[in-house]
Amino acid sequence: MSTAARTNASATTRVLGRVRQAGPALVFGILFLALWESAVRGFDLKPYFLAAPSKIFEQFVKNASRIWQASMVSGGNALIGLLIGTVLGVAMSFVLNRYKFLGELITPLAIALNAIPIFVLVAVLNNMYSITSEIPRRVMVTLVVYFIVLVNVAKGLTQVRSTHVELMKSYAASDFAILRKVRVPNAVPFLFTALKIAAPASVITAFVSEYFGGLQNGLGSRITSNIANAKNAAAWAYVLGACLLGLAFYIASIILEGVTRRGEAK
Amino acid sequence: MSALEVVGASKIFNQGTTKQVDALIDVSLTVQPGEFVSLIGPSGCGKSTLLRLIANLLEPTSGSVSVNQKTAAQARLDQDYGMAFQQAGLFDWRTVSKNIELPLELKGWEKSKRETRAKEMLELVKLPEFADLYPWQLSGGMQQRIAIARALASHPPLLLMDEPFGALDEMTREYMQGELLRICGETSTTVVFVTHSIPEAVYLSNRVVVMSPRPGRITKVIEVGLGATRNEDTRAADGFFKGITSVREALRGTHAEHAAANAVRGVEDR
Amino acid sequence: MLARRIAYRSSMFVLAIASVVALWELYKVVGPQDGGKLFGVSILPRANDTAMPHIWSMLSRYGRPEVRGSDTKIWSVVLSGLLFSLRLSLVGFFLGTTIGVGLAVLMSRFRVVQRGLLPYLVMSQTVPLIALAPLVVSWGGKLEIGSFLWPRWLSASILGTFLAFFPIAVGTLRGLASAPAAALELMDSYAASWKQTLFKLKFPAAVPYMVPALKLGASGSVIGVVVAEISTGLKGGIGRLIIEYAREATGDPAKVFTAVFGAAALGITMAGLVALSDVLLMRNRPKESST
Repeated sequence: MSTAARTNASATTRVLGRVRQAGPALVFGILFLALWESAVRGFDLKPYFLAAPSKIFEQFVKNASRIWQASMVSGGNALIGLLIGTVLGVAMSFVLNRYKFLGELITPLAIALNAIPIFVLVAVLNNMYSITSEIPRRVMVTLVVYFIVLVNVAKGLTQVRSTHVELMKSYAASDFAILRKVRVPNAVPFLFTALKIAAPASVITAFVSEYFGGLQNGLGSRITSNIANAKNAAAWAYVLGACLLGLAFYIASIILEGVTRRGEAK
Repeated sequence: MSALEVVGASKIFNQGTTKQVDALIDVSLTVQPGEFVSLIGPSGCGKSTLLRLIANLLEPTSGSVSVNQKTAAQARLDQDYGMAFQQAGLFDWRTVSKNIELPLELKGWEKSKRETRAKEMLELVKLPEFADLYPWQLSGGMQQRIAIARALASHPPLLLMDEPFGALDEMTREYMQGELLRICGETSTTVVFVTHSIPEAVYLSNRVVVMSPRPGRITKVIEVGLGATRNEDTRAADGFFKGITSVREALRGTHAEHAAANAVRGVEDR
Repeated sequence: MLARRIAYRSSMFVLAIASVVALWELYKVVGPQDGGKLFGVSILPRANDTAMPHIWSMLSRYGRPEVRGSDTKIWSVVLSGLLFSLRLSLVGFFLGTTIGVGLAVLMSRFRVVQRGLLPYLVMSQTVPLIALAPLVVSWGGKLEIGSFLWPRWLSASILGTFLAFFPIAVGTLRGLASAPAAALELMDSYAASWKQTLFKLKFPAAVPYMVPALKLGASGSVIGVVVAEISTGLKGGIGRLIIEYAREATGDPAKVFTAVFGAAALGITMAGLVALSDVLLMRNRPKESST
C-alpha cells in the first residue's frame, strides 16, 4: 500500500474508532433528553420548574435572532477580554521571568484570587465608569483571563528541564538565548492549556457581569428579564444559547491549539 | 502429600488470532511440602505466567493446578498462599503493622488477634521497632521484609515470590536471601521463587526449574544437592559452583536453540 | 522549616496587598478625575473620590452604621451576610461532594457509565451552567415535593452543588484509577471483593487526587451561591448586599467595598476549610515536592 493510501486508510479507521468510542456518550445523551421530555409530559411539570426539550427548542428557534444578538454582545465582551487578557498575561509572564522577585510577590496573590469570586469586582468597576459603558465587563474578563494566562505561562517559562538549561549554559548561551530557544517553546503548550480554561471562563465572566446592572442587552440580562415576565421556556432557550456560546469558545481554543501544533509530538 | 501439583498446564493468550502467544505449553511440576523451588529462564519463558497460574490470578487454557490438595481457585479463597512481588507494594497510607494486617483484615480477623499476629511477624523478620512507621520511611530491603511478613501473616503453607529482590543492591540481596531461608525454615513454608539470577536460584533452592521461551516450557529440573543448611561458606563451596554451572549450561542449551531468533534478554551471573 | 515557609509566603502576600493599595492610591493621584481616553477609547476609570474612594475610607466604613440613624454597624451586617452565604456554600459543597464522589465510584465500577457520562462532565466545565442560576432560584416558594416547599436559599446551594460536583467527580475518578496494577493484583490474590478493594485500596490511593478537586469544588460552590444571590437578590446573603450597596455608590462610595471584601473573605474561608481537610488527610503521606 502506498504511504498516501495507508495514511488515508488509517485515518478512516481512526475516525471510525472515535465514533465507536463516542457511542455510549451519544446513547446517554439521547436517553437523557428522552427521559427529560417524558418526565415533563408525564408528570405535567410546570415550565417554571423544568421546560421540555421540545419546548426549549421551539423557543430557541422562535427567538433565534434575538438570542444571536445577545450572544454577540456577551460574546463580544468575552472575546475582547480574552484577547487583551492573554496579551497582558503573556507579557507579564515574561516580566516575571526576568524579575524573579515579582514572581514571589504575585504568586501568593494569584493563589488567593483563585479562591475568591473575583467577579464581584464588577460592582466596583461599574462605579468607576459611566453607566452605559461595556468597559467594566470587559475589564473584568480581562482580569480573570490575565491571571489564568499569567500563572500558566509563567509556569511554562520556569518549569523547563534542568538538563536543557545546563546544556545551553555549557554553550555559554545568554539568558535571552535560553529564553528564546528553551523556555518559550516549552511554554507554548502551557499557553494553550491556559486558553482552554480561559475561553469558557471569559464567557462565564462576561455573562455573570451582566447581573450587576448596567447595560441590559446581553444574554444574562435577557434570562432574568424573561423569568421576571414568567416566560421561563424562553429563558431556557437563552440558557441554551449561552451554553452554545461557551462551547463555541472552547472548541475554538481546541482548534487553535490543533492548528498551530500540527505535527508536534504530543 | 504434595504441596503443589501442576499437571499438563498450558496458557495461550489471544488464541486463534494473529497475536497468539503460547506463554506456557504442557507444564508439569510437583512440589513437596517444605521444598524451596526456583523458576529461572530468559524473558518470555513463562515463569511469571506459571506463578500466576498457581496463584489463580490467571486460568490455565488446559491442564490443572492444585494447591494444598485443592483447586487453585479454592486455595485462593482459603488464602492458602502468600505472594510477594518485585515492588514491595506496601500501602503508603498505612503504618508498617497495618500493612501486615491487611490480609487478616480482609479475612475478618478480630482486632486483637490481628495485632498480635502482626507483632509476631515483625519479630520474625527482625523489624519490631518499625511497627508504627510508614513504608516510605524504610529502605528498599526493609520494605521487602515487611512485604514478606505480610505474605506470611496468615501462616499460609505456600509462598509465591516474583523476583522480590530484583530491585535491591547486591549486598542487601545476599542478606535478604539468608533471611528468607531462615524465615521459611522457621515456618516450614513451601516456596516457589521466580528469579533472573543463577547464583540466587542455586543458593536458595532444593531444586531449580529451568524454563525456556517460545513456547514457554520446562526444559530441565536440576537438583541442587547442597543439603538443607546454608551459611556464608556455602557461597564458596564447590557444590555451589557446580550447581551454578549446571544451571548455566541448561540455560545455554535453551539459549543456543534460539540464538538465531531476535536478541533475547538473558539471565545474569550476579 | 515549614513555619519559615509559611511566614515567608504570608509576608509576600501582605506585601502584594500593600502594592495593590499603593497602586490604587497612586492612580488616584495621577489619574484623570473624570475618566479619560487611551487611544480614543474611554478606558481610564474616574479617579475621583466618588468612583474610587480612598482605601482608608473603605476600611473605616466598617465601623460606621449601615443606614443613617441605625445602630447596627456595617461590619456586623456584612459578617452576618458572609455567614449566611457560607452556610449555603457549605450545603452546596457537601451535596456536591456526595454526588461527585458517588458518580466517580459508579463510573469506576461500570466502564460503560464512564464512557457515557464522562464526556458530558468534562464538557459541563466549559459551558456556563451559571446561566441556570435565575431559573433554579425561581423554584423557590413555588416548587412543592410532597409537603416540602422548596425554600429559595436551597436553590442557591443547588447552584453551588452544580458547579462543585463536576470537578470533584472528575478528580475522584482519576484518583480511583490511580491505584498501581501490582496493588490491584495483590488484592486479587487475597480474593478481596470489589467493595473491599474500593475502601482499602482505591479510596486511600485517590486521596492525593481528591484534595485539589475538593479545592476546585469549594471555590465552585462559592461562585454558584454568590451568583445565585446576585442574579436574584436572595435576601440575607452577601451577594444581595453587594447589589444593594452598589446602588448607593453615588452617595456612599465606600459602602460597596465593604461587601466586596466580605465576598472575598467568604471565598478565603471556604478555601481555608478545605485546606484544613487537606492537611488532615495528607498527614502521613510521603511529601511530594511541591512547586
